[in-house]
Amino acid sequence: MHDENLIKEIKRKALEIRKWVIESVYRAGSGHPGGSLSIADIIACLYFHEMRHNPKDPKWPDRDRLVLSKGHAAPALYAALALAGYFPVEELKNLRKMGHFLQGHPCMKKVPGVDMSTGSLGHGLSVAVGMAIAGKLDGKDYRVFAILGDGEVQEGEIWEAANTASHYKLDNLIAILDRNKLQIDGPTEEVMHLEPLPWRWQAFGWDVVEIDGHNIEEILDTFHEIKLNEKPTIIIAHTIKGKGVSFMEGTLSFHGKPPSEEQYIRAMSELEQAEREVDD
Amino acid sequence: MINAKLTDKMRNLRDAYSSALIELGYKNPDIVVLDADLALSTKTKRFGTVFPDRFFDMGIAEANMMDVAAGLAACGKIVFASTFAVFATGRCYDSIRQSIAYPELNVKIVATHAGISVGGDGASHQMLEDIALMRVLPNMTVIAPADATEMEDVVPTIAEHEGPCYVRIGRADAPIIFETHGAFRIGKGYVLRRGDDVAIIATGTLTAEALKAHELLEKKGIEAMVIHMPTIKPIDKRLVRRAARRTGRIITCEEHSVIGGLGDAVAMAIQDEPVPMVRVGINDVFGESGEARELMEKYGLTAESIARKAKKLVAKS
Ligand SMILES: Cc1ncc(C[n+]2csc(CCOP(=O)(O)OP(=O)(O)O)c2C)c(N)n1
Ligand SMILES: [Mg+2]
Repeated sequence: MHDENLIKEIKRKALEIRKWVIESVYRAGSGHPGGSLSIADIIACLYFHEMRHNPKDPKWPDRDRLVLSKGHAAPALYAALALAGYFPVEELKNLRKMGHFLQGHPCMKKVPGVDMSTGSLGHGLSVAVGMAIAGKLDGKDYRVFAILGDGEVQEGEIWEAANTASHYKLDNLIAILDRNKLQIDGPTEEVMHLEPLPWRWQAFGWDVVEIDGHNIEEILDTFHEIKLNEKPTIIIAHTIKGKGVSFMEGTLSFHGKPPSEEQYIRAMSELEQAEREVDD
Repeated sequence: MINAKLTDKMRNLRDAYSSALIELGYKNPDIVVLDADLALSTKTKRFGTVFPDRFFDMGIAEANMMDVAAGLAACGKIVFASTFAVFATGRCYDSIRQSIAYPELNVKIVATHAGISVGGDGASHQMLEDIALMRVLPNMTVIAPADATEMEDVVPTIAEHEGPCYVRIGRADAPIIFETHGAFRIGKGYVLRRGDDVAIIATGTLTAEALKAHELLEKKGIEAMVIHMPTIKPIDKRLVRRAARRTGRIITCEEHSVIGGLGDAVAMAIQDEPVPMVRVGINDVFGESGEARELMEKYGLTAESIARKAKKLVAKS
């Protein structure tokens, strides 16, 4: 159980992240709102409660790491990093603009707080495995989080990494699978089936938890309950692509398309309304 | 000029790799080694025996191995990742591109069994495009040492170098040509023989052949400059230009496709003052099974073939 104020605070952060996702993608004229909105609550829980990190010292060796394996959700990550204080929030207005540092996909060399460069799907879990092994080697107690897309786990390398993680007993590795059930060409189960997902991960030696990826309390509790039991953990987070903006929810069309001006105004007013509801 | 002598002494570069790696392991606790079920062949297993905590077999999952290497490097480790050249590069290209080269992480890919001299395994295992694949990546350093002595210098040097490196070595034993250690620097080429008629620029296994070609040409009254170019990227541009100006003719020699390798790198270095060039390499075909020596002969990767081409080039221009 977490206290009411904390949950409210994180809800507000998640909405701020959502607003910045819309704002930055709208201004950029391109980008991926759908998959950014589906992870906003998870990212907010990570950066504003669960993760041990220090925006004043982005390279702190003892920090928890986050690999955004589904790198196209960069707008959500950037918003969280900016709101946490890694760089000025004003920079979010320069997403994808030449001469500015917020690249279309996460770039660890350019963006403070980004732990790994991603964008090509299927690599991030392996990278997180490497980070987790390094933590064990150094006797450090940091944890490594990796956020995966559900379509992304169609990549074979994900399963190589899954196998490696359980083989090396990486209980400092926590994967979060954004189960929004959509990829680009359609619903995941139509494009290339994934179910039974929990069973598949269990078979690879992982602890599997299934949650509602938009329920802040449940997300926080789940993180809280992860055990150091020599097994990696995957949280299958059931989410809605485009969550928080009515006309984007559950649609394929906003995977990689910015809102029009009219849609932008509507989206922002919906999110502002949601903010007011949190404060009530 | 540095001292290089053709000797009958043979040594395997993989042996040199593993002994250098172990030495490095004692000196630097941040060295971590990965392999993909070829640790007995690449000889990284010897490191694993001495330092079991810092050796990880990743199984037959090479692309995953390269990304794991990136993750370790992102946490401050100096990672050596080894497997055969054919698997280390082609199979892993995107992992290397996205997770090692782009974020400029400290991963050293040491690939063995490069080139046609792999022999019996045939074309599936004879990697002839790896220099091309790695050279095209920004931030990547590409190295092909000529003998075991040099390999023993390469290993600690790349460990000290901050950033991604690709090192290719062959399977076969190679004649020792350098008797003393210490010459190797990243990005530097070495004049092994002086001469004004033609410059033979060679890398990896073909440097020894180039030295033999020098002797063959000498008998025919042709004075060939011989340059050993262990670093293909960044190439020693100044030396290449100097050789071009001095001799007016260049032959490049590599156990690699004539496309995308040393030949291209040399051509690029002299593009604003070009001289006639001939490339000794594999002519855009796949290899085949056979004995290493037989294959090198069939595909023209010998001193005789280099000398023949040099003679023709000198006669023509
Ligand atoms: C290796 C690779 N192939 C294709 C793409 C193009 N791509 C970008 S996003 C995406 C769909 C991802 O779907 P999913 O993982 O479900 O992400 P989400 O629904 O959370 O946006 C694809 C195919 C890519 N970035 N990387
Ligand atoms: Mg999806």
